[in-house]
Amino acid sequence: MIYPVLEVIGLVNRFGAQLVHDGLSMDVREDEVFGIVGGSGTGKSVLLRSILGLQRPQAGIIRIAGREITQMTLGQLHAVKARYGVTFQQGALYSSLTVLQNVQLPMIEHVDMRPAARDELAMLKIRLAGLPADAAQKYPSQLSGGMIKRAALARALALDPKLLFLDEPTSGLDPISAAEFDELILYLQKQLRLTVVMITHDLDTIFRTCNRVGVIVDRHMEVDTIERIVDHPNRWIQAYFHGARARARSERHGA
Amino acid sequence: MRAARPAIGNGMLEIRHTDQGLELELTGEWRALQFTQLDAAIAGLDLKGARLVEIFAERLQALDLSGAWRLREFIKRTRAAGVEVTFRGTPPDQLRLVEETLRSEGSPPEAAGPVACEEEPGIRSLAFLGRHAVLFGRDLGRDLSFVGRVSVTALRAFTSLKRLRPISIARHVYDTGITAIPIVALIAFLISVIVAYMSAQQLRSFGAEIFVVDLVTIGVLRELAVLLTSIIVAGRSGSAFAAELGSMQLNEEVDALYATGVDPFEALVLPRVVGLVIALPLLTVIADLIGLTGGALLCRFLLDMPLTQYVNRVNEAISPSTFWVGLMKAPVFAVLIAMAGCYRGMQVRDSSRELGRLTTVAVVQAIFLVIFADALFAVLFMELDI
Repeated sequence: MIYPVLEVIGLVNRFGAQLVHDGLSMDVREDEVFGIVGGSGTGKSVLLRSILGLQRPQAGIIRIAGREITQMTLGQLHAVKARYGVTFQQGALYSSLTVLQNVQLPMIEHVDMRPAARDELAMLKIRLAGLPADAAQKYPSQLSGGMIKRAALARALALDPKLLFLDEPTSGLDPISAAEFDELILYLQKQLRLTVVMITHDLDTIFRTCNRVGVIVDRHMEVDTIERIVDHPNRWIQAYFHGARARARSERHGA
Repeated sequence: MRAARPAIGNGMLEIRHTDQGLELELTGEWRALQFTQLDAAIAGLDLKGARLVEIFAERLQALDLSGAWRLREFIKRTRAAGVEVTFRGTPPDQLRLVEETLRSEGSPPEAAGPVACEEEPGIRSLAFLGRHAVLFGRDLGRDLSFVGRVSVTALRAFTSLKRLRPISIARHVYDTGITAIPIVALIAFLISVIVAYMSAQQLRSFGAEIFVVDLVTIGVLRELAVLLTSIIVAGRSGSAFAAELGSMQLNEEVDALYATGVDPFEALVLPRVVGLVIALPLLTVIADLIGLTGGALLCRFLLDMPLTQYVNRVNEAISPSTFWVGLMKAPVFAVLIAMAGCYRGMQVRDSSRELGRLTTVAVVQAIFLVIFADALFAVLFMELDI
């Protein structure tokens, strides 16, 4: 049986009296870009943390490449973690390491590699993420916001994962950099045949990159293709895709 | 044309020897996670006498960028050694991607190490001395300007209650003072027990056990209570100050304060300094009390000295100045500890490693300054004959 790359079934997350997810389900297919959308406080980050195994849900099943992860021990999770790459919203680069060392860290952790090969492979990933070669020796504090995002992407790609999680990849970037980042994601997705799951608020990014979108409303998820989800009757979804900002966008683009 | 030699190569390569050279059939999964086996398989190839290497990639189950990079490196090396390399069928697409990525921007950079300077040893040590002298001078200037800045802020703040931020001060008195009471009391008790016990052993042979009381009382009141309390507080609060301010620096919270028009020295540094100046003397009084109590208990149970005799002896041994000499050091130590913590915290820039380093520096310096100042006090009081 062929499993979806990522599958979430009936996820329940509760913090004290606050119910964040109540029976949330989604599935991500191979080679697609899946966007996760939702208002502030609807639990997008909690969902991502659950999928990454940083947080154990109260109930539900999460399968990555067919393997149930919610019941796994930490040791079993360790092996799963080598199979996906993650970028965090603020980059989460290790501030005391250079970009090159940041990219090498997953390699050191998971693969026994010659130092020379590791250097060159890390360099390859840095260039792949569109960073100039001299960025490799810089520390995160010396990088601009856009370069931090790219360095984080290079680190996420360190072990050539098939599955990539991006948390707000274009937040904090100017529109031009954001558009360039969209193109980079699309290029990598196509070239490396990646499956990309991204949390984003950027309507331009959603329309440019995503095949399907999952919207978190009322503690569960509405999943549909980007063409169909915009006509979903839910009020929040309508407001999201047809609100003032979305209108301004479509007027600008003449769509 | 199957060759006679069996296939080897970790399940990654099938190798066939032909009269021309080698045929390599790539098999299995060439992935980053299998890089070790892959690397070993390729490194184990014997190309001696080969003129042509033919590569088949059709049976490859997976090839990611790391695998493609290793394949490309092998091809490059082999070609450089004068051996022809061809693909049977189409070369894998990933090779082209690696090629494109690496070509996109000239040659890879030379390793950016520190610029090597070749000087004579004499010059180098002179340069070392000079550089450190300059750095030391610059640091000293910064230290002084920090002290000056805090002083100016303090002078300005004492003109208005709002600027003094009493609520913030109260919080720091609580954090650095009230919550430290249990550990300070415990340490004071133990230290008086240690002094009493040790001196009792020595003095007993002279029949002068009564002087145990003098030793404990004077020792605790003049030196030990305030010194040990300060060292504990330096470890607790000096590090907390440095870590708090340091992570605020990393979070750009300090910049946010500047941008809002709030002086961080007024909002962050001064309340901590004032709070500790209030808390440390109070802690010292508590340590004094507990220390004397500990001495009394030990004298009662170890030396069988009645409590009234102990109290009488204490009254004879000390004058009010004994107590005040100890206590007046506390605010000075408090300023030193708070300044060291805040100063190092405000110096944190860029990385979490800096935060750790400067927190350590803050504590070490605070303890050093306290002991150094205590030594100065000791000399001063002796000269003044107090």
